[in-house]
Amino acid sequence: MQNLTLLDGQKFQITIQRLCRQLIENHNDFSASVIIGIQPRGIYLAKRIAEELRKILPGKTILQGDLDITFYRDDFRRKEQLVPNQTKIDFITEGKKVIMMDDVLWTGRTIRAAMDALQAFGRPDKVELLTLVDRRYSRHLPVEANYTGIEVDSVASQKVVVSWKETDGEDKIVLVNEQ
Amino acid sequence: MGLSTRHLLGIKDLNVKDIQLIFETADTFKSVLNRPIKKVPSLRDVTIANIFFENSTRTRLSFELAERRLSADVVNFAASSSSVSKGETLIDTVNNILAMKVDLVVMRHPYAGAGVFLSKHVKAQIVNAGDGAHEHPTQALLDAFSIREKYGDVAGKKVVIVGDILHSRVALSNILCLKQLGAEVMVCGPTTLIPKYIKSLGVQVEHNLIKALNWCDVANMLRIQLERQDIKYFPSLREYTMLYGLNKQILDSLDKEITVMHPGPINRGVEITSDVADSKQSIILDQVENGVAIRMAVLYLLAGQSPE
Repeated sequence: MQNLTLLDGQKFQITIQRLCRQLIENHNDFSASVIIGIQPRGIYLAKRIAEELRKILPGKTILQGDLDITFYRDDFRRKEQLVPNQTKIDFITEGKKVIMMDDVLWTGRTIRAAMDALQAFGRPDKVELLTLVDRRYSRHLPVEANYTGIEVDSVASQKVVVSWKETDGEDKIVLVNEQ
Repeated sequence: MGLSTRHLLGIKDLNVKDIQLIFETADTFKSVLNRPIKKVPSLRDVTIANIFFENSTRTRLSFELAERRLSADVVNFAASSSSVSKGETLIDTVNNILAMKVDLVVMRHPYAGAGVFLSKHVKAQIVNAGDGAHEHPTQALLDAFSIREKYGDVAGKKVVIVGDILHSRVALSNILCLKQLGAEVMVCGPTTLIPKYIKSLGVQVEHNLIKALNWCDVANMLRIQLERQDIKYFPSLREYTMLYGLNKQILDSLDKEITVMHPGPINRGVEITSDVADSKQSIILDQVENGVAIRMAVLYLLAGQSPE
């Protein structure tokens, strides 16, 4: 089976724009909201969304940070060595509405770990989840996203790979069939 | 990707990649230690025994804090208050502790090679917290990490280790670690306290403190280990201090501003005076702070290897 491109070019851009508008509906001018990207791949989505929001809301401060969840994962000592990434959160999440962002929502385990990791930075008023790709019907935990780019039905042997203009040269979502 | 070794018995077991991995992991733990909540749940199903056959304040506290901040279960054992004094052997002692389902052992022992010996006879992973006059790997790692933090890189830096090189496990581990990372290393002290074949490790030897200090970027001042000295190696402590003690006057007279380190415990007024130890150029307390992050990194990376 060939790899399948799910989203690219203009449509990719439209999806990002729609997610931004949906966020503005709920978060107004972002004065009480912050964006947290989940390491390693969610930070590109968070950066892109923050950048687009700054264009749509000129003059407003959009706070965005990176959260590493390595130390909070539930597969430590069960898989190969987990090497940590950087956490960079230069603001206080206490009393803020936090929007966590990850490129692909699959089993939900990453999000569970992220919710744990977030506790170390204070008690947010509310935590929401935004994901670019929702792989439906594959959850191991009761986790759902508040904002979704596209929904995909896939099987466990397939992989969803999101590429970014900034790092990979092209905005694209591909469903990869592993041989 | 992980460490190339299952135990941390000495710097000898580590390659450059291992050391870099430990440093990068320690960087993330250092940021964890600066958060309001300083604890992560990684090692919540790991039990660690701290077995100390020799006295220690800093190392034991530092290991214990590192373990607790990783959410490990911790048991402490000091030889002086145990059945060791009733004649139990090392293997028996440790196997009894392991029978209580311990995954990892942190051990300090007065005899060189105790960690290596243990790693061959018991199932748990071993971290050497100092074995006699042999190695003290986590101290060397935190020293190099502190130099890296201060200067951005260890490679090309000139480091002089001053004092009782002969009885110091810190000196040997430091030399091995700094050489691996590309630093230039010199040892300085009275002839009787410098091992005869030390040059084979690729270090320079200098007996004049002022010359050594003028050469270096970093001076690591070691304590005179009176408890390990079975004979007299120099006429008196007073004479040692006059020739090899670092005071503010000497520090200010140097051509450049050097960094002063000390692995502790300090004998104030012997190898280093109070005004030097507490001066701006001293990073002694940074070393202690970095010690927790380095030990968290080592324990995290070792415990993360899937059980055999």
